[in-house]
Amino acid sequence: MTERLLEVESLSKRFGGFIALDAVSLQVGEGERVGLIGPNGSGKTTMINCISGALPCDGGRVVFKGQDVTRLPAYRRVRLGITRSFQIPRPFRSMSVVENLCVPLEYARRDRGHGRDVREDAMAILELVGFEDRAGQSSASLTQVDLRKLELARALAAEPALLVADEAMAGLSSAEVDDILAILLKLNQRGVAVIMIEHIMRAVMRFSERVVVLDAGKKIAEGTPDQVVADPAVERAYLGE
Amino acid sequence: MELLLNAIVSGLLLGGFYAAVTLGLTISFGQLDIVNIAHPAFVIVGSYVTYMLNSAMGVDPILSGVIFAPVFFVVGAAIYRVYYASFERTGQEALSGLAFFFGLMFIIEVLLIIIYGVDYRLVGAPYIGATWQLGPIIVPLRMLVPFVVALAMTACVYLYLSRTFAGRAILAVSQDRLALRLMGADPIKVKQVAFGLSIATAALAGALLIVIGPVEPSMNRLYIGRVFAIVVLGGMGSIGGTLVAALILGVAESLVATFYGPSWAPAVAFGILLLTLALRPQGLFGRY
Amino acid sequence: MGGATRGLVFWSALGLILLLGVLATKTFENAFFFFAGYAILQATIMAVAWNILGGFTGYVNFGSAGFFAIGAYTSIALVKALDPPMIVPLLVAALIGGLVGLGTGYLTLRLRGVYFAIATLAMAIVFETFVNNWAYVGAATGAYILTPEAPFFFDSYIEFLFALILFLALMAIAIARYLKISRIGQGLAAIRDDEIAAECAGVPTLRLKLVSTSTMGALMAVAGVPYPFFVTYVDPLSAFNLVIAVNAIAMPMIGGTATWYGPVVGALLLGSIQEVATVTISSEINVLIVGVLLVVFIMVAPQGIVGLIQDLWRRLRPHD
Repeated sequence: MTERLLEVESLSKRFGGFIALDAVSLQVGEGERVGLIGPNGSGKTTMINCISGALPCDGGRVVFKGQDVTRLPAYRRVRLGITRSFQIPRPFRSMSVVENLCVPLEYARRDRGHGRDVREDAMAILELVGFEDRAGQSSASLTQVDLRKLELARALAAEPALLVADEAMAGLSSAEVDDILAILLKLNQRGVAVIMIEHIMRAVMRFSERVVVLDAGKKIAEGTPDQVVADPAVERAYLGE
Repeated sequence: MELLLNAIVSGLLLGGFYAAVTLGLTISFGQLDIVNIAHPAFVIVGSYVTYMLNSAMGVDPILSGVIFAPVFFVVGAAIYRVYYASFERTGQEALSGLAFFFGLMFIIEVLLIIIYGVDYRLVGAPYIGATWQLGPIIVPLRMLVPFVVALAMTACVYLYLSRTFAGRAILAVSQDRLALRLMGADPIKVKQVAFGLSIATAALAGALLIVIGPVEPSMNRLYIGRVFAIVVLGGMGSIGGTLVAALILGVAESLVATFYGPSWAPAVAFGILLLTLALRPQGLFGRY
Repeated sequence: MGGATRGLVFWSALGLILLLGVLATKTFENAFFFFAGYAILQATIMAVAWNILGGFTGYVNFGSAGFFAIGAYTSIALVKALDPPMIVPLLVAALIGGLVGLGTGYLTLRLRGVYFAIATLAMAIVFETFVNNWAYVGAATGAYILTPEAPFFFDSYIEFLFALILFLALMAIAIARYLKISRIGQGLAAIRDDEIAAECAGVPTLRLKLVSTSTMGALMAVAGVPYPFFVTYVDPLSAFNLVIAVNAIAMPMIGGTATWYGPVVGALLLGSIQEVATVTISSEINVLIVGVLLVVFIMVAPQGIVGLIQDLWRRLRPHD
């Protein structure tokens, strides 16, 4: 069996007296599609923040491609291949769509700064999300669903091995959800492992090979989508006793 | 020993006054996240208005402070309106909002210089100049009276924020604007009241300032460090924290001035500020 | 125009301006031109330096006067100790200014931008207190600098100072332009727009912010080095001048913070107005006007003069 891409071992995180994550372990293989679900406040976003380096963790390890990245600052993890998209999109508002992509292209790729034509590569990624005719548009004027697509495009520009998508489809219409799902599948076909955090169940079920369930900072279930849906512990977590 | 005792006592008296100066900033910066770097400038304006009323009509300084505080309340509310329309609404407050108050501070200082010149101004009152002697401790009344008024101000603001509906709305808006909306209160109006209150307390503190000693236009710069140090050390929005931090700063400054010389005093506040930011950014009573 | 051509035009223009400036010292008789010109060019360096951290990176520095004074007092201290050629205090001040910028940044940039702004003010005031107590450089009473002999080429010392500050200003502009158009500038812009997203796009935010603060600190200190020779008498009140601090903020914000040339526009415009006003009206009213202009501009035209012109240009050519 090949070495796991991402190994999260007993991750813990506290905010004062509140335990957000309680010794949670997670593995993701290369090119795998994992869904991460759980009720609000269960620790999903905290989990990504610890994995991506936005927050320091209080216990446990994060191992990526065999390397312990627990103490690495976020930008170094990005360069190793972990990227994330944000629940509320965070575009670089003063820049155009294509300029938004140029930043990770310049800073996050492994062979950065070696004279590769950044604009060409940016256009190629824009084609993937269907933005090729809007390269010069100001990012501040995009619609919600377009902002989500830009988030994903920007994450892709970093040439990741793993993408964590934090509720990329929240608040979108059914057709828009399918749009985003298609982009994520395209990403995955290129070899990018994806951790999808979502509340939209049909998206998670269709997309994931494996689903992990968190509740109150603990992992309570793990398995195929069908297994997890049938698990009584999961039902209890969402609906209460 | 006597020297030490007096230094501590005058430090406490000074600290109480510092709390009065800082109260408004605790509200505007600590609770509402408005970086009003011009706050001390408004204090100085209060001092000059006190001076005018005192020299022209012989009004007692503390009394005049209380009288014109409502005027400053209105001015503060108006300034917030402008600040909101120009910066908060467009999300520009990081750079432009900061520069706005910096410009305001500057305009106030220069206007005061143009109108009054750079000479020191002072006021007269029966308690200025008198001292009480309690054993080895000398208590100048010009410091004791402001100290008492300052404590009263602190108590009033604390009670207002925690007991009245309007006051609690201010605390609420600092924590959760949406919830406040759902309760039927307009966050903008609430912030207007809060900012007005902050400027009103500044003006009253100005009246206290000119009782303690003579005032000149550039003094606001001495207080910028002090008020921000107190707000941060106290734990941003905590009124009780403001008082404690102010007392700590007052005593620290007094000790440094007594034993190392008064010219080092301005550095104390900033030293405390930098230390707090480096070691415990949430301050003494902060939330996280 | 391609990047290489633009570069060529830029450097040629710089060279030309320097040449013209030096020639002016030979042809102009009126000393006022050099005094006023010096003041405007000094303000230009401060404005350009401020904008590297303010406009490019989005962090406000309130302590510009402190960095400036580092340069001025390094100058005085070295002159008293060694009387070295000008290049020595320039290099030493740049180093100290850079280190102080680095230090202030490192201590506070991990927190919110607001705390950085306050910390810069703190640094300036703490340094002022320190200088007030430092007898070697005259403490609160101040220090006198004897005007040295004008070096070889120049007829008077003020002409030499003018040429020197012109050279320093052009150098500062070149540095700011380089930072802006290079990869570093993209990273800084990303930090300004959204620091968290920038970090997640692989931008080493802390490192770039420190580059920004140190460059700004070094340039501002350099601007202060010739100052004691310009005024011949320096005391903390004048060196830590509030006007210097306000101009450092007002000029870039009025000129336009988004480009490397916005601060230059602001400095030339505001600087000239101030030089005229100080002589004709009064220096206090002149300074009041700066403050009012700053507030009005950030409320009404936050994109600055350059931004206004760009908007106008766009409106007149709608075919894009």
